[in-house]
Amino acid sequence: MSAASRRLGYVADALAQVGDGGLFFLAILRALPASLRYLGETVRQIWFVGAMSLTIIVTCGLFVGMVLGLQLYHTLSIFGGTGALGTVVALSLYRELGPVVTALLFAGRAGTSITAEIGLMRATDQLAAMEMMAVDPMAYVVSPRFLAGIVAMPLLACVFNALGIAGAHVVGVTWLGLDNGTFWSNMTANVELWDDVLNGVWKSAAFGAVVTLIATFQGYTTPPTSEGVAYATTRTVVASSILTLALDFILTAFLM
Amino acid sequence: MTQRRHFQIGTGLFILLGFAALGYLATQTTSLANFDQGPSYALKARFTNVGQLKLRAPVKVAGVRIGTVSGIQFEPDRLDALVTLSIDKRYQQLPDDSAAAIFTSGLLGDQYVGLQPGGSPDYFKDGDEVVLVQNAIQLEELIGKYLVGGNGPEKGAAGKNDSPEAVPPASGK
Repeated sequence: MSAASRRLGYVADALAQVGDGGLFFLAILRALPASLRYLGETVRQIWFVGAMSLTIIVTCGLFVGMVLGLQLYHTLSIFGGTGALGTVVALSLYRELGPVVTALLFAGRAGTSITAEIGLMRATDQLAAMEMMAVDPMAYVVSPRFLAGIVAMPLLACVFNALGIAGAHVVGVTWLGLDNGTFWSNMTANVELWDDVLNGVWKSAAFGAVVTLIATFQGYTTPPTSEGVAYATTRTVVASSILTLALDFILTAFLM
Repeated sequence: MTQRRHFQIGTGLFILLGFAALGYLATQTTSLANFDQGPSYALKARFTNVGQLKLRAPVKVAGVRIGTVSGIQFEPDRLDALVTLSIDKRYQQLPDDSAAAIFTSGLLGDQYVGLQPGGSPDYFKDGDEVVLVQNAIQLEELIGKYLVGGNGPEKGAAGKNDSPEAVPPASGK
């Protein structure tokens, strides 16, 4: 009896989390106009979550492109279609792997630090101090990070894609001896700007919003203890990975 | 203050880099890369079947791209497809008895229009029609014919069209 009611309590807690998250999202939207006064803060956050993530994005993009080149060359050679390597690499990167892998890396690199930073602000009562000084923490702390995530993620995904193409080109053309002209002409004949490239850009903007929403929410609502901050950081990575992949499926079904 | 300028410049560079990557992807790896704005002249060709030919498919002579397919329309009065070819102005010495055919590049490749030069001393002019055409080879149709078996004098699928060669070439270029 008590076990059943405890389980019901967990379900209620999870539902309350989702509800709080939704309300938090509305609060961010409400604070967005006020946060325009702190544009410098948004720029600093774009630097922090975007430019500082470039190292991991560049390295991973290159390696993902190279391994895509190897794997797809192997698969395509079964069907005698290695000439389509450029097309297949470009389409899988632009439409799927670029936005998703960038979002996962972004959650690990930038999401965690956002949660830990806001969580420590909460734990050390800095957020309360801001409220005392009539500075809305939603407008000064949360919204700039949210905006920065939406701006930085598509740019990071584009860099990831470009490096991925370069990696696949190195493997396919330089290493495996595919014809350079075939690689590019097949790609340019089959990849479309709106359907493929920009499709991935919209997706990654949505992922940036989701990851920063979860990161700021977890940080903002963390229990003000060191253990609480640790759990909140973990939950940021877990929740944003799951939500990114689930949202990816839904967005793909709609954008196809 | 110097710290502030430092990250602002860095953010600017980051945003520029991101847009440069987007611009590179958009212009070099998509169909926009094939979009040549150079001066061109138009040729027309009528096909009874264009197969999977798409807009902006390449037009090739001897395997080299000299233009693009700029229009595919159905002609209700003649019940065939009118294909407009935009040929680069640099290539004006095409004999006016050249033949147009729709080929497929490779097994998984797209279809393109191949021009086979003729021997006429006169050249095509803007708006001319390519009279000698050969339709897209429909693989299903060919297989169907072979499954049904020898149909006597009718030689292959493309034979009933007004094509210069009844038997399709083995593999294109």
